[in-house]
Amino acid sequence: MAGTKNHDYHILPPDIWPFVGAFSALTMTSGGVFAMHGMAGGKIALMLGVFGVALTMFSWWGKVIKEAHAGDHTPVVQLHQRYGMILFIASEVMFFVGWFWAFFDFSLFPNKLVDVIGGTWPPKGIEAVMNPFDLPLLNTLILLCSGTTLTWAHHELIHGNREGLKQGLWATIVLGLLFSSIQAYEYMHAPFGFGQNTYGSAFYMATGFHGFHVIVGTIFLAVCQARAYKGHFTPRQHFGFEAAAWYWHFVDVVWLFLFIAIYVWGGWGAPIE
Amino acid sequence: MASIPAHEGYDAHHDDAHDHDHKPAFFARWFMSTNHKDIGTLYLIFAICAGIIGGGVSGIMRAELAHPGIQYLGWWTHFLGGNDQDFNATLHMWNVLITAHGLIMVFFMVMPALIGGFGNWFVPLMIGAPDMAFPRMNNISFWLTVAGFCSLMISAFMPGGTGMGAGTGWTVYAPLSTTGSVGPAVDFAIFSLHLAGAGSILGAINFITTIFNMRAPGMTLHKMPLFVWSMLVTAFLLLLSLPVLAAAITMLLTDRNFGTTFFNPAGGGDPVLYQHLFWFFGHPEVYIMILPGFGIISQIISTFSKKPVFGYLGMAYAMVAIGAVGFIVWAHHMYTTGLDVNTKMYFTAATMVIAVPTGIKIFSWIATMWGGSLEFKSPLVWAIGFIFLFTLGGVTGVVLANGGIDDNLQDTYYVVAHFHYVLSLGAVTSLFAGFYYWFPKMSGRMHSEFLSHVHFWIFFTGVNMIFFPMHFLGVQGMPRRYPDYAPAFEYWNTIATYGYMVMAFSMLIFFINIGYSLAFGKKAVGNYWGEGATTLEWTLSSPPPFHQFETLPVIEDAHAH
Repeated sequence: MAGTKNHDYHILPPDIWPFVGAFSALTMTSGGVFAMHGMAGGKIALMLGVFGVALTMFSWWGKVIKEAHAGDHTPVVQLHQRYGMILFIASEVMFFVGWFWAFFDFSLFPNKLVDVIGGTWPPKGIEAVMNPFDLPLLNTLILLCSGTTLTWAHHELIHGNREGLKQGLWATIVLGLLFSSIQAYEYMHAPFGFGQNTYGSAFYMATGFHGFHVIVGTIFLAVCQARAYKGHFTPRQHFGFEAAAWYWHFVDVVWLFLFIAIYVWGGWGAPIE
Repeated sequence: MASIPAHEGYDAHHDDAHDHDHKPAFFARWFMSTNHKDIGTLYLIFAICAGIIGGGVSGIMRAELAHPGIQYLGWWTHFLGGNDQDFNATLHMWNVLITAHGLIMVFFMVMPALIGGFGNWFVPLMIGAPDMAFPRMNNISFWLTVAGFCSLMISAFMPGGTGMGAGTGWTVYAPLSTTGSVGPAVDFAIFSLHLAGAGSILGAINFITTIFNMRAPGMTLHKMPLFVWSMLVTAFLLLLSLPVLAAAITMLLTDRNFGTTFFNPAGGGDPVLYQHLFWFFGHPEVYIMILPGFGIISQIISTFSKKPVFGYLGMAYAMVAIGAVGFIVWAHHMYTTGLDVNTKMYFTAATMVIAVPTGIKIFSWIATMWGGSLEFKSPLVWAIGFIFLFTLGGVTGVVLANGGIDDNLQDTYYVVAHFHYVLSLGAVTSLFAGFYYWFPKMSGRMHSEFLSHVHFWIFFTGVNMIFFPMHFLGVQGMPRRYPDYAPAFEYWNTIATYGYMVMAFSMLIFFINIGYSLAFGKKAVGNYWGEGATTLEWTLSSPPPFHQFETLPVIEDAHAH
């Protein structure tokens, strides 16, 4: 039976990138520790590690695209990729469960024993919170809108209209960048910091990780756009696009929970900036 | 309006030309592997190395605990580059040892061996698949585990506040891990968990996808071998629990380095929150460590009883039930943190519920053997040892599940005895059972049955000598996590240390057995266990070809588990 492959699964040749990626990650975390403690060489190691991880991602996923074009992604392999992406998003959901758990612990049971909290939420130590119906509401609308432009792009792709695909993706990417810019502006003008008390900690950790996911999602969409310009994707086979879309919708849904829980409910009754 | 060009689709070429039994050269084969069997072998070798280090650490601890007073900690403090004239740094060394032992054994020995090693090797073989769903991702799961281990090893040589190394316990509780441990050691330990955790999450995605999508034609979920069922449930537990740990330890990092107050009461934070988050991961984690063992034991009992496992569906869904209920019992690790009494009642009741599916498993194993044509080969002897030892640990688990009783036993050696009975005597025994069951399949060489039996009996004697007396010490009130104790506890501690020596001697026999088999072992045939071994790996040669099942096997109706 040696030598002939009578199945549709993808058998891969040996590859160095998993090894490089893992040890780049170790360099990144070790450099990060050194940098956080102000030790020599920390920042350089950190940047080297980040570069290694980025290079691994670029080369690895570049290979995946080449393999797709070589016809290695049979229907069953595409099904694997769908399962893989859904499961990855499921693990991301549980990651956010951690931040929400901390937030609800602090907000439902505010500490009565320390003055900065004073048994109320938002805590006494918070002089003002953001007005949820100002920029955060605008950001909500931007993200919801980006979800529709992405669906527009997807429909154009399915119907074989490449120009429409590009337009829809451009709109989504611009809306994503707009969201990140507004979020950055908000952070710079926020009336509270990261390290004061539980309000700032939970707020910045949850929204910050979400913001990081928005940036990752925007890069993912930008890669799709570059591929769209190169003529990749067919109306029948475009899982790279679909995965980016699923990720983007996931990031969108997380924001809705953040907006309702942290911005609206979590800031209720406090003076606004 | 340009239309999208359709390039050649998925019916395009395959590289049929290259020979699939051609193995890559050394570096490509072991450092760039995309082969599930080679990656499984790497995991097993790594787990054995980590096990030697983690087991060596427990040897240092048993030596220290043989008698009251501080014996050897100063020397080890000096070894790591700490100040052995500073008594606090010397005591800190103890915390470093228990932390290293716990983290190494959990994340770098049991999990890599059971999931990465046996899971990688035998899930594809048992479901009739040529490889895992994501062969390249499989490899980064392994190397991330190695990177995580490196990070943990580095942490031992970094300042940790009171002394060298991370001395937080494997649970990394705040505030000891935050304001109590300045210096980079704890950050390295935290990132070690991030790296290993990322590897495990990717591995979990790989296993779930493989099991759902790559079963051979005709193998429905209800015909799947129980080991594969156990890996499926384990992978879901990993996927859903590890990210919560990642969130928790990320909050530790920002509390340590960026001034947040998640676990710092001065800013309104709550150290108990960390414990909730940790144990929401930590409790599924203990099932992550034991469920693959359950799967291995089911295969072995069935093989050597020469009949299908009793109550197959009950066995499969018992594991699903254990996995599901395992997510809602976490606070039984926290009975003495000041939980509300109603909360304690809930967690007591929910925890005891787990005894039901666990009982289903124990009794079904016994029912499988009942009336079976038993053949006492080494894997079966280890498996029966597993049932005995795991049941003992399970029974003390039911005792500890009671919030009221646990108020007295929390953080005593009774707890240490309990979790070592389910882990080092349960999970590790299942590991050896699986090892003797499959070693010839993996290596192509038969091990010595005689040495395997000798290994079992000496190991069994040794571990019971170590851990059974700990029940007495715990009930007498000896607290865990201390290098020194009142002279009244000396008797049983000395016996436990002798037990360690017995156990260590048995490991010597284990390594001699491996070495002997690899060098002089008889060549193994495809199915060396005979008629009882019915799963698909026994249809292949030993070792299997580099790429097996190039034509997928078809499962007939009669051919089940």
